[in-house]
Amino acid sequence: MTEPVKIRIKNLTKEFHTKDKVFTAIDDVSLDIAPGTFFMIVGPSGCGKTTLLRILAGLEKPTGGSIEIDQSDCTRPCNSMVFQGDSIFPWMTVWDNAAYGLAMRNVPKGEIKEVVGHYLERTGLTRFARAYPHQLSGGMKQRVSIARAFANDPEVLLMDEPFSALDEQNKTLLQEELLRIWDETKKTVLFITHSVDEAVTLGDKIMVMTSHPGRTKALIDVPFERPRGVLELRARPEYGELVYKIWGYLREEVQHAKADAECAGGKS
Amino acid sequence: MSGGKDRWVKRAQVTGSTYLMMRRLLKMSAGRRDRLISVLSPFVLLAIWELSARLGMIDTRFFPAPITILHTLIGLMDSGVLWTHTWASLQRLFWGFLLGGIPALVLGIIMGLSRPVRAAIDPIIAATYPIPKSAILPLILLVFGLGEASKIVMVAIGMFYPICINSVAGVLEINKIYLDVGKNFQASRWQMFRTIALPGALPFIMSGIKLGVGMGLILIAIAEMIGAKSGLGFMIWDAWEILSVDTMYVGLIMIAVIGYLFSLFLTEVERWIIPWKVER
Repeated sequence: MTEPVKIRIKNLTKEFHTKDKVFTAIDDVSLDIAPGTFFMIVGPSGCGKTTLLRILAGLEKPTGGSIEIDQSDCTRPCNSMVFQGDSIFPWMTVWDNAAYGLAMRNVPKGEIKEVVGHYLERTGLTRFARAYPHQLSGGMKQRVSIARAFANDPEVLLMDEPFSALDEQNKTLLQEELLRIWDETKKTVLFITHSVDEAVTLGDKIMVMTSHPGRTKALIDVPFERPRGVLELRARPEYGELVYKIWGYLREEVQHAKADAECAGGKS
Repeated sequence: MSGGKDRWVKRAQVTGSTYLMMRRLLKMSAGRRDRLISVLSPFVLLAIWELSARLGMIDTRFFPAPITILHTLIGLMDSGVLWTHTWASLQRLFWGFLLGGIPALVLGIIMGLSRPVRAAIDPIIAATYPIPKSAILPLILLVFGLGEASKIVMVAIGMFYPICINSVAGVLEINKIYLDVGKNFQASRWQMFRTIALPGALPFIMSGIKLGVGMGLILIAIAEMIGAKSGLGFMIWDAWEILSVDTMYVGLIMIAVIGYLFSLFLTEVERWIIPWKVER
C-alpha cells in the first residue's frame, strides 16, 4: 500500500570540503513525510539538521541523493522558511515584511492585503503593521517571520529553530500561537529543534538525528490529539514519558557531539 | 566708619548673588552650554581677527578684516556676480553627481552581489583609486576640452570612487540571512537588488555620497581654476590674478557654505529615506 507522500528524501548526503578534509554533515538520510504532518527533527548541535533544511529550502545543494516535494498546485511556492534568529528586513515595515513572499510572486494587491491582514491579525501584529523591526521585541520579530511564511502559502513550511533565541515564556506563547495557526491550515511542516520538549509539544512525528555525521537514529510517533494546549499537554504523565524516552536516544548523541566539539575546537 | 562697612557688606552680598547667578548660568545643562559655546566660538575668533586687522597686528593684504570681506560679499551679491559663479559650480556638481554617482551606485551594488564582477573590477578600482584626482585634470582637459564637459567629468570621477567603494562595502555588510530570505522567497535578480541589496546598503551608500560631495567640491574648485570662465573656482583664481584678496575670501566662504548646506541636506535626506535607522 502506498501512502501519499509530501516530502520524499532519498539517500541524502551532504559533504563539505575544506582544504585538508571532508566533513560529512548528512550521511544517507532517507525519509518520507505524509501530507499535513508536523514533522520534527531533533538532534544535537552541529548534527546537520540545519543543513538538511537548507537543502530543502534550495539554499544548499546536496552532494548525493535527492529530495522531492510534491507540488499539488503549481501557482503556490514549494516552501517557505522561518529562519533562526533575526531574518526580517530592518528596512521594511512589519506589513511589508509579512507581504514579502506575495509581493515577490506579483500577487494582486487586493489579495496581498487580505492575506497579510489575516496573518497579522492571527499573530497579534495588526497594531504594529506600520512599525519597523527595531521597534519590536524578539518575540514580535519572530511572529513577523512566521506571518511572512504562512502568508506566502507554501506547499511546505520549513522552520529552523525559530524559537531558540526566545526566553521560556515567550517561547511557550509562540508555540501555542503557532499550533493555533497551524490547526487552521494543516500544512506540512518540517521543524528543526534541539529541544526535546518543543519536539514533543508540537510534532506528530519526531526524527532523532545522530551527531556528526547526521543520520536517522530513531523515528517516533507522537500520539497526542489535536488541537493541543501546550501547558495542558505538558502536565500529562504520558508527555513526560515520551520526553524521557526521546532523551534516552539523544543522550549519547549529545555526549558524542560534545566530545567531537572538544577535539575539533567546536562548531555551532 | 560703620556706614561704610555696611556698604561693603552689601556690595559683597550683591557680588555674591551675581556670582551665584553667573554660576547658575554656567551650570545650565551641559548640552545647552556646549551649544552656546559652539555658536559663540566662531564669532569670538572673527572678533579677534577683526581686532588684530584693525590694530595692524596682521597683514591685511593677506588677511583682510572680516567686515571688509563682508562688504565685498554684499557687493558681489548685489551685482549678481556671486550668484552666477555659484550657480555655475552647482550645476556642474549636479551633473557630475548624476554622471559619476549613479553609475557608481549601480556598479557598486552589482559588485557587492556578484563575486565574479567583484573579482574583475576590484583590481581596476584598487589601482586607479590612489591616483590624486587633480592629477588627471590635464588629461581630462585634453580629452574633453575646455568646455563644460571637462568640469563635469572631473566632478564625476571624484564622486565615483567613494560612492562605488561604499556601495560595495554596504552590500557586503548585509547580513547573509537576508539574501537567503530573498532566495527562499523566490526573489528575482532585480527584486534582490531592489528589495534587499539597495535598501540594505543605503546607510553605507549615504556616507559614500557625503564623501563624494566633499570630493566633488574640491575637484570643481580645482577644475574651474584652470580653463573655465565661470564658477567659484574661477572666481577665486581670477581674484588672485587681479590681487583682489577680499574676493578670494568670498569664494572660499561660498564653498564652505555650500559644503555645509549639502551636509545638512544629506543628513535630512538620510533621515527621510532610512527611517529604520536606529536613532543614536
